[in-house]
Amino acid sequence: MPRSTTKSPSRVRFLPLSSRAREGIAGYLFLLPWLIGFICITLGPILASLALSFTNFSGSFARADWVGFDNYVRMFTADRAFWGSLKVTSQYVFISVPILLIFALAVAITLNRGLSMLGIYRTIFYLPSLIGTSVAIAVLWRYVFGEHGLINHVLDVFGIEGFSYIGDPRTALGTIIVLNVWTFGAPMVIFLAGLRQIPTELYEAATIDGARSWQRFWHITLPSLSPLVLFNGVLSMIGGFQAFTQVYVVSDGTGGPAGSTLFYTLLLYQRAFTQLQLGYASAMAWVLLILIAAITVLFFLSARYWVHYGDEQ
Amino acid sequence: MSAPSPTRPRMAEAISDRSTGKSGLSHLPDNVRTMLAHTGLLATSFIMIYPLLWLMASALRVPEAIFVSPGLWPGEHFTLENFTHGWEGLGFVSFSTFFINSFVITGLSVVGNIFSCALAGYAFARLRFPFRRTLFALMMCTIMLPLHALLIPQYILFSTLGWLDTFLPLVVPKFLATEAFFVFLFVQFFRAIPRELSEAARLDGCGHLQIFLRIFVPLSLPAIATTAAFSFIWTWNDFLQPLIYLNSPQNYTVPIGLSLFLDSTAESNFGALFAMSLLSLLPVIGFFLSFQRLLVAGIATTGLK
Repeated sequence: MPRSTTKSPSRVRFLPLSSRAREGIAGYLFLLPWLIGFICITLGPILASLALSFTNFSGSFARADWVGFDNYVRMFTADRAFWGSLKVTSQYVFISVPILLIFALAVAITLNRGLSMLGIYRTIFYLPSLIGTSVAIAVLWRYVFGEHGLINHVLDVFGIEGFSYIGDPRTALGTIIVLNVWTFGAPMVIFLAGLRQIPTELYEAATIDGARSWQRFWHITLPSLSPLVLFNGVLSMIGGFQAFTQVYVVSDGTGGPAGSTLFYTLLLYQRAFTQLQLGYASAMAWVLLILIAAITVLFFLSARYWVHYGDEQ
Repeated sequence: MSAPSPTRPRMAEAISDRSTGKSGLSHLPDNVRTMLAHTGLLATSFIMIYPLLWLMASALRVPEAIFVSPGLWPGEHFTLENFTHGWEGLGFVSFSTFFINSFVITGLSVVGNIFSCALAGYAFARLRFPFRRTLFALMMCTIMLPLHALLIPQYILFSTLGWLDTFLPLVVPKFLATEAFFVFLFVQFFRAIPRELSEAARLDGCGHLQIFLRIFVPLSLPAIATTAAFSFIWTWNDFLQPLIYLNSPQNYTVPIGLSLFLDSTAESNFGALFAMSLLSLLPVIGFFLSFQRLLVAGIATTGLK
């Protein structure tokens, strides 16, 4: 590249650099805040957490030893709470995410009929997804599903005797699942946007061919939305594995009753910040990272069989 | 229904609602189907919003009347005392402190996210530099990174810097574009701005900073508003990080103050607890209602090509 030929009087060039080089420098200058953040606050900690997971670090580097795979071995063979939390978290994710997506899809399709009051419905359905992870809502949940809570008041009206749903190991996780389903508004908004993009000619052609409404749904709506099902599925799954605030508040930080709401993140928090087993908790963090990455990869690999992108049709 | 699961009756209702919205009713005339859809949606809306309305009603009732009926009208039990009681918080620290802290942290986070994510977005969208593709791919990967994988080393880093019990660990990362979702949002937005605009400005002798400030920033107000709104809501609701980094009650944010209030009032002062829970939601709800259209549009663009 020869030197830049655009000589403008308004700018003095101190360095005879090519415009390509100048653009490269500008690029890195614009990227500087992100780059510092990426190296110091993301990449560095990821690697540090891997290194820490092979030590028995508990807050002081002076007394930390390299223990090899001990943390991982202990986790998989001796830590019953770990397996319990893995089971609880998996149940939570794989029960609540499909229900959440079905709700989001069904409500989006119903709203897409061109009804009046669309804006009002959308507001009401979307709002919970913005406040669903807040402490205030978790507090509310404690008293909605408590023994003298709202649910039992409603049941009282029908003469049904209720009990404390957050206090019973059989139902406590169910209340947290309901809370997650309650936040179906975020994927719903994305499905709604996707529905708007499906050409109406497709439906018209199908109707002329005599397709019934469920056939139109099965052969047009669902395939067209499948990329968004993948997108929403992956995001909800990742979010689900990271759920923390709800169970922390509802169970007073214990994960009770009887470990029925001991989410993985809550156990990790306890191990790291109450028992100060920072090395062990780092190993737990890496297992979570690998687990989420593996499930995400599986999602994308399976996409070949069920996700249709527009250009194939 | 004597099923042990509280979700059962609601589910059953909701599912029967849904089927009215869709298939299987093609033999019915259109206006009947529309009416059925409305009925289903109204029932679902009511179930969704009912807990929030009950929270509001409970905050406005004398505590003795809260757990008496599922009704929503305070009637003769109306009072504002819950708010005055609740606002005193823990006695030695009131909710004034928590709200001020929350607003400071949230305000700085909004500014930090807009500043750093817009800069990075411009670089990725419009500038050519070595390793651009690699860095962009890495940036996209960090969107999916669970916070817990970074938490412990970050904690060690910030405690080494002497930042524990200050706002710095909660604010500084936001100025370093660590919330990559917003970088992606800006990249998407900047890519849609016609190249001719920046070419023309270059010929007029503008540098990249001028192009960015004079053309891209003014044209990307929707992206800025979306970033502002989501930054506000997410930071305002954030619980785990303040829980770890803030130790003294003078520095607590509203969610931490609220959870402590929950522990200290255990089973005695529901009214005050509900009143403060409601107040803690109001800024988010207010923000949502004012930015609603932008939020919905912003969330929708990220999911679409």
